[in-house]
Amino acid sequence: MNQVFTVASKEFHDGLRNRWLVSITIIFAALSIGLTYFGAAASGTIGITSLSTTVASLASLAVFLIPLIALLLSYDSFVGEQESGTLLLLLTYPLSKTQLLLGKFLGQGGIIALATLLGFGASAVLLYFQIEDMAVLTTFALFIGSAVLLGLSFTAIAYIVSLMVSEKSKAAGFALIIWFLFALAFDLGILALLVGVEEGISQQGLTQLMMLNPADIFRLVNLAGLDSSDVNGALAIAINSSLSQGQLFSVLIAWVVLPLTLATFIFRKKKL
Amino acid sequence: MSTTLVSLNEVSKSYKQLDALQSISMTLQQGEVLGLFGHNGAGKTTMMKLILGVISPSSGSVEVMGMAPDSKEAWHSRSKVGYLPENVSFYEQLTGLEVLTYFAKLKGFNKKTAIDLLEQVGITHAMRRQVKTYSKGMRQRLGLAQAFIGEPKLLLLDEPTVGLDPIATADFYQTVDQLKSNGSSVILCSHVLPGVEQHIDRAMILSKGSLLAMGTLAQLRQDADLPVAIKPGGLNGALVENTRLMSYLNQQNKGLADTLMVPEQDKLKVLRELLAYDCIDDLHVEHANLEQVYQYYLSQHAQRAGGEH
Repeated sequence: MNQVFTVASKEFHDGLRNRWLVSITIIFAALSIGLTYFGAAASGTIGITSLSTTVASLASLAVFLIPLIALLLSYDSFVGEQESGTLLLLLTYPLSKTQLLLGKFLGQGGIIALATLLGFGASAVLLYFQIEDMAVLTTFALFIGSAVLLGLSFTAIAYIVSLMVSEKSKAAGFALIIWFLFALAFDLGILALLVGVEEGISQQGLTQLMMLNPADIFRLVNLAGLDSSDVNGALAIAINSSLSQGQLFSVLIAWVVLPLTLATFIFRKKKL
Repeated sequence: MSTTLVSLNEVSKSYKQLDALQSISMTLQQGEVLGLFGHNGAGKTTMMKLILGVISPSSGSVEVMGMAPDSKEAWHSRSKVGYLPENVSFYEQLTGLEVLTYFAKLKGFNKKTAIDLLEQVGITHAMRRQVKTYSKGMRQRLGLAQAFIGEPKLLLLDEPTVGLDPIATADFYQTVDQLKSNGSSVILCSHVLPGVEQHIDRAMILSKGSLLAMGTLAQLRQDADLPVAIKPGGLNGALVENTRLMSYLNQQNKGLADTLMVPEQDKLKVLRELLAYDCIDDLHVEHANLEQVYQYYLSQHAQRAGGEH
């Protein structure tokens, strides 16, 4: 266990030193505070908007940003160390591949989790003092919890990329493609399926399809509890389905654990 | 009373297209320094990786401290092994001390060990600077400090003197001698040969994955049967007229026209003959060095390989 913490602490400090924590926190805080205050500007008013509008806008932004940031932070985790030769050296130490992977995950995941908590937490606190409604805290707790899981999921996916390729630049390319697929293309595909194929897909089937994308699960978690007037598109249909928050969270957690297990498996098989 | 620390038994390692090592057998005793020589791609690094347990042999068996290094039981003996990889660039954005503390912690030591080791390799003055500001020599010293963590019983050093200046190289060999006298075994991997001779007990020459020769330098020299170079001074061309000595004259190299290339068994005879000259004012006797022995075995191998086709 000690080994895992040594690696985790090194990775976490790298995140601090490279200003990752500070930049992510600032981006999240600026976005969420901005949306909280000016989210209604489009409808002609300035001031605090309704909770559901705020969370809806935050979720639709976070769903693009968080995967991108997680992939950026972690895509070179292994391939970078492989290129500089430290990966080979580390593996001659009394440190197993699983320990190294878990250590990195704890450290870099810690950066993502803390930044999410601080950044979005800031606007939660602000909003709470303005409207003094407990609903703010519970809604934001749900939002931050799922955002952290989304970040961790893409950190694990980034590790798979980082372990599969042999060059850093390739890893960057693959990370970008993965982001594009999950954050943009997947939804467009579903929409095309809904519009293009008549009676091709049931509501149940649509929801199940959405479980294949952690970004969509994140959307479902955060939009399910809101007034459906703030939500439109394919999601609105899926929201009306029967999955509970607990089930959604379980699937999201699976989206962290499974890629991480797969990454461990790939790492074990990897030739150095 | 010597114990075997490392033994390789008919070890082969092949990748998809390439036979990196072909049935290599060797042993390394406690307190022994082995020089591992060969060109790039000869299989030196593969052999080190096998001994480190990072990869597993395709056939044959590797044993380090009585265990297969790639097995779970060998886990704890890993902290007793030090390794300096050939191409390693440490975390550039960290300071030297931070890098070494990280590695020391992974072996179960603390920051103090790291500071002591940095002092030992002589980069205490730069330990609070980022590694990216380090010169090549300083990086190499940092790598060595890393390999020395925890006074390892077995050290594997891949090209340890690359980038070191002569003084640092001397310091390095002194450390190797010291480790040896403390009972550590060292495998030195190199293609830079001068200077290494007096610090190794045995040499092993690899080429394209196969073992060409292994033994003490004296043995290798004897087997290679390379001539001794004798360079007399002050004779003013008298050699050409001496029929007994004329045949030994170096024919191939005009620059060494007055040097005699004498087989080992004729050495004393020739020396007596030379000393009989009154006008002789200098005498330089040079045995074949490791580099020549190495060249000899490589060319022998190339000839044999050529003959097969």
